[in-house]
Amino acid sequence: MAKVNLNREQMPRQEPEVRAKNYREVALGYSPEQAKAEADRCIQCKKRNCVEGCPVNVDIPDFILALREGDMKESVRILKSKNALPGVCGRVCPQETQCESVCTLNRMGAPIAIGRLERYVADWELLNMTNEEKKPELPPSTGKKVAVVGTGPAGLTAAADLARFGHSVTMFEALHVAGGVLMYGIPEFRLPKEIVQKEVDFVKSLGVEFKLDSVVGRISTIDELLENGYDAVFLGTGAGLPMFMNVPGENLNGIYSANEYLTRVNLMKAYMFPEYDTPVKLGRRVAVIGGGNVAMDSARCALRLGSEKVYIIYRRSEEEMPARREEVENAMEEGIDFRLLTNPKQFIGNDKNQLVSVECYQMELGEPDDSGRRRPIVKEGSEFTLDVDVAVVALGTSPNPLIASTTKGLDTTNRGTVIADEETGKTVKDRVWAGGDIVTGAATVISAMGAGKRAAADMDKFLRS
Amino acid sequence: MFKILLKENLVPNLQVVKIEAPEIAKKALPGQFVIIRVDEYGERIPMTIAEADPEEGSITVIFMEVGTTTGKMASLKTGDYIENFTGPLGVPAEIEKVGTVLCIGGCYGIGGITPIARAMKEAGNKVISIIEGRSKRLLYWQDKLEGSCDELVTVTGDDSDSYQEWISEKIDRYIKGNEKPDLVIAVGCTFMMRNVAEATKDLGIKTIVHLSPIMVDGTGMCGCCRVEVGGTTKFACVDGPEFDAHEVEWDLLVARQVQYLAEEIESLQMFECTNWTKV
Repeated sequence: MAKVNLNREQMPRQEPEVRAKNYREVALGYSPEQAKAEADRCIQCKKRNCVEGCPVNVDIPDFILALREGDMKESVRILKSKNALPGVCGRVCPQETQCESVCTLNRMGAPIAIGRLERYVADWELLNMTNEEKKPELPPSTGKKVAVVGTGPAGLTAAADLARFGHSVTMFEALHVAGGVLMYGIPEFRLPKEIVQKEVDFVKSLGVEFKLDSVVGRISTIDELLENGYDAVFLGTGAGLPMFMNVPGENLNGIYSANEYLTRVNLMKAYMFPEYDTPVKLGRRVAVIGGGNVAMDSARCALRLGSEKVYIIYRRSEEEMPARREEVENAMEEGIDFRLLTNPKQFIGNDKNQLVSVECYQMELGEPDDSGRRRPIVKEGSEFTLDVDVAVVALGTSPNPLIASTTKGLDTTNRGTVIADEETGKTVKDRVWAGGDIVTGAATVISAMGAGKRAAADMDKFLRS
Repeated sequence: MFKILLKENLVPNLQVVKIEAPEIAKKALPGQFVIIRVDEYGERIPMTIAEADPEEGSITVIFMEVGTTTGKMASLKTGDYIENFTGPLGVPAEIEKVGTVLCIGGCYGIGGITPIARAMKEAGNKVISIIEGRSKRLLYWQDKLEGSCDELVTVTGDDSDSYQEWISEKIDRYIKGNEKPDLVIAVGCTFMMRNVAEATKDLGIKTIVHLSPIMVDGTGMCGCCRVEVGGTTKFACVDGPEFDAHEVEWDLLVARQVQYLAEEIESLQMFECTNWTKV
């Protein structure tokens, strides 16, 4: 056996001082030589841990082998047969905790860069294959109709699989574009919107119909969909409602939920105001509250909008931060000021209701709590203030109550999430499945896709019975 | 794309637009709103539904031309299209028999109050509608309102047959000179609704206002439209737009409504410079 190569190919990236001033993608993607070199490192294990580690079970060694052998079209085919959104996943999946974490080479500290290869193959397809070549073969129609509510990662995955099983699928989207959080949440510099729309186009090419500007719950209820010809419904409406801290001053001007801030910047393109009509407060000094990926995205958006100083305020230490390591490092390199073990006590405004500063406590870590992480405790008398004119609260979301409140016979938890079988996504309501953040609360793109995939398989079984 | 079936200048500065939207028209109830985005560069803004016609499959909105989005809307003609039109959104107005209901509308809210007044009348209430404007020339839809209420009162700044007075004074005077209403509902600019709230508070009359703060998605996702009501934060798009007028934190609402004034002016200047042939 050849000696194992532990030199993981580095991803070329824009330099921090350059990228902090533009909205272009930070990670630039492998060159063909780099992709080949990284693919060559794969030892093609018999026991395919990586496939198990992938929530949608992509045949990882196979697509890497095809890439290595130069059969790019075959590589694309293998990848897309399991994953309708490889360009998205290659960019935003936390591979380090999934496929790459169980890669045999990870034991020697250099797992195959599966995510980067996935992205390479997806991008190759976009550049090199004609629409005709991309068009997958579809089985004959089963004559069954399915409604998929929400066009985020869970919905798109479920819809793509259901279409490939031969069912007729209609997707409903409340906003004016399809993609959900991939469009309104994740910024352009991490996930170009053109890539998302290309992958949406792929789902369309499977015959899926999209109904935009359609708020299910208002324009028609789930029951009405079921009465009006749909044989089954998948709910993938996400975790919509932003959470706030309920500290004094939170409704001052200049304080945003991360959802609003990112929606203005990404979906409504406020970074191109006034060419685009939607504004966002630029903020000379910005505080982002939270330690997840959404907090990192918000802070890095603020920097790119031209803010002089951007803080991340997080109540625990760096170790407990839920954000991807890579994103924390990117943010640090770009000059975001991390104020760890810090938590807002109140926001202070002027006579015009405009935010001028945030008063914070210093925190210390106590015993582990329910999440297994050490509980942050306020250090009495440790208050200090930071002058800021914009603050972004990135503390997570809870499900939008609209569907639950307008649907009879759907069970919800006290957090507002819909109760569904973990394996199949089946809810207690007849002919209704659910998956993604509406079931789990805020989680990752790929876990939502996994839920969409499992639900589609179970729905297919039901539709054929 | 959504087709404009009718676009007219209703009164100076107020436009009426009827949009082809059969699915929304089928479902819309009094008090609900739609989100409009005129073109691919456009903002998403809420507009109160003034009329829903399920047979024609149309939704009518009335708006004042104040900024870029409303300017863009005003520059369109019958037969043109707008990019996005979403609804019906928000919790519908609570319609029940309570006795005597005073329905107050001003500005775009004359249109907004009309379906509520009609529904209140149909529910068996005695409905008195009061519509207000700076001048008689700014009032509209008197014919529609007359047909759907028991009495129509107009309040204008140039009323020659009565004396000039604010809406609050008029309400005060009206209520003192007539039977006390069981419920007051007001739709219109924040200034007017606040005046109504102040006038009815001391009189102890339950008062409902339809708030229209700045929104982005309008479906409960962003939290831009948060208002404080009774000491707690509410999202006007999903918890409202109807709220108890006496519980609303008005100063905060007003402050939040003007927070993008500088940006709105910048945007409007850009719009007017690039579209000077149309406006």
